[in-house]
Amino acid sequence: MGVKLLLDKAHIEGIRYYDTYRKNGGYTSVEKALKMSPEAIVEEVKKSGLRGRGGAGFPTGMKWSFIAKPEGVPRHLVCNADESEPGTFKDRYLMEFLPHLLIEGLIVSSYALGSNATYIYIRGEYAWIPDILEQAIAEAKANGWLGKNILNSGFDCEIYVQRGAGAYICGEETALIESLEGKRGNPRIKPPFPAVKGVWERPTVVNNVETLAAVVPIMNMGGEEYAKIGVGRSTGTKLISACGNINKPGVYEIDMTISVEEFIYSEEYCGGIANGKRLKACIPGGSSVPVLPANLLLKTAKGETRYMNYESLSDGGFATGSMMGSGGFIVYDEDQCIVKNTYTLARFYRHESCGQCSPCREGTGWMEKILKKIDTGKGSHSDIDLLWDIQRKIEGNTICPLGDAAAWPVAAAIRHFRDEFEWHVNNPEECLRRNYGLAHYADERAVIA
Amino acid sequence: MSIQFSSDRLSKVDEIVARYPEGKQKSALIPVLHLAQEQFGWLSAETMDYVASLLSLEPIEVYEVATFYSMFNLKPIGKYLFEVCQTGPCMIRGCDDIIAYIGERLGIKPGETTSDGLFTLKTVECLGACGYAPMMQLGKYYKEHLTKEKVDAIIEECRKNAAVNN
Repeated sequence: MGVKLLLDKAHIEGIRYYDTYRKNGGYTSVEKALKMSPEAIVEEVKKSGLRGRGGAGFPTGMKWSFIAKPEGVPRHLVCNADESEPGTFKDRYLMEFLPHLLIEGLIVSSYALGSNATYIYIRGEYAWIPDILEQAIAEAKANGWLGKNILNSGFDCEIYVQRGAGAYICGEETALIESLEGKRGNPRIKPPFPAVKGVWERPTVVNNVETLAAVVPIMNMGGEEYAKIGVGRSTGTKLISACGNINKPGVYEIDMTISVEEFIYSEEYCGGIANGKRLKACIPGGSSVPVLPANLLLKTAKGETRYMNYESLSDGGFATGSMMGSGGFIVYDEDQCIVKNTYTLARFYRHESCGQCSPCREGTGWMEKILKKIDTGKGSHSDIDLLWDIQRKIEGNTICPLGDAAAWPVAAAIRHFRDEFEWHVNNPEECLRRNYGLAHYADERAVIA
Repeated sequence: MSIQFSSDRLSKVDEIVARYPEGKQKSALIPVLHLAQEQFGWLSAETMDYVASLLSLEPIEVYEVATFYSMFNLKPIGKYLFEVCQTGPCMIRGCDDIIAYIGERLGIKPGETTSDGLFTLKTVECLGACGYAPMMQLGKYYKEHLTKEKVDAIIEECRKNAAVNN
């Protein structure tokens, strides 16, 4: 069994409620933190090597140290619970089953950043979770962990839950801030960064749910100890939400030293490919990151074992690697069509583009249309080249990363599975009846379910 | 019909506005639109104007937000809204069959409402339940690991509830 720091108590009955959570060591990190200076907490988080768990992987301690502290201007911490990246459902698990872990992390982090009013921005579709969070907040407040002068420290803090209303773009931090201000979720041009001018023009830090929950074990064990778990710059543990054609879809906590092969095939995690099928491809970090064929997923281009961590998953760059991203791990078996799958993702990004930048607004629509054409046997060879050309013209040419996120899956699908696109073009009738199959990129083993 | 929040909803609005700094009541817009949709089922221009007046906003500030977010219904919907996810991870677990089956059972296509006004079928993009696919949102909750049998049971339950509530 790997190290567990976030889900170690998830199996305890009643852990969702305050009494059980407190009896099992909950809120000790707040007791510890409020005796320290905010700067010392930021130092601990820096030492831990914690990287943003929402997808970008930016060092959290560094992000915290950027927050501006102009005299007399309130600062805010905003928790990003807008989890909307296809393949990702880990934050939902944390909030549903361990709400107090998030609240505890939020109190410590709010103290470190000087936020007296902290907001959890949660995607609107998770409509039942605000009740769970608000109950946890009320319990924490009734027990003196929130409100005025917490533990006689002189620190005041309130936490509020704000629902979104269906917009993937609001997971981007400046769009989230716009939405929290009651506007359309159009990302802002940076600079100024939120750390200087965020919500209501006040210095703001936006962090992912899992990132803020990880502050709890960091405080309890110390940053240095936390940094010893994992490997290299992939410290601590990471939640992976695994889905697709596997035997055991679900949320797993890994310590980032295990191999991709172990993660997919071991009983402790995904339990192998479902229905005795073979592994064809995988998107390892949420729909935006490059899809990899089985042979490049399990081993790097140099033939080395690929591991479930930031560095190893991105080994080879986009030519032969992918990314850790949000930890949304989507597995495809031999029966899945890469063209059709890429089409559904392109449709997703067209639907979610905010429309502000023309390369993204127009480009995502074009990509969806062309992919649909190819998928339904109406494509031509020049369409594949056109698709490649469009994705290149979106990438890097938009205000926010949604453009890149829409371009990368299309680029990777063509890069690694061009033969499958060509087969669709060459076999317009047959591609409607059957899938291309495994070709040369499949994993050789067949696993019996 | 004149649009008016019930008194408990009005006090909820005050409670929400109090979460933000003085003068930043616009931040309450999305939560208040949710309240409005809960009470009225969808957001008519009249409802949006009412929300604007509650928060001292221009009506256009409400329209531009309501039209941006996919959860806000800008036309009437059925009593039960089936929002079935169709993005990649659900697609590879068979959501297309589920969408077709629901359509067949209810005699409608995605985007349509049954003539008795009970059901609306809608396809949506990723709802963050990829490990429990195929799935749909029904009101506040998710219905996951959908099969044809489960769909039958859900439709049955909705019909029963509707009969009781009438």
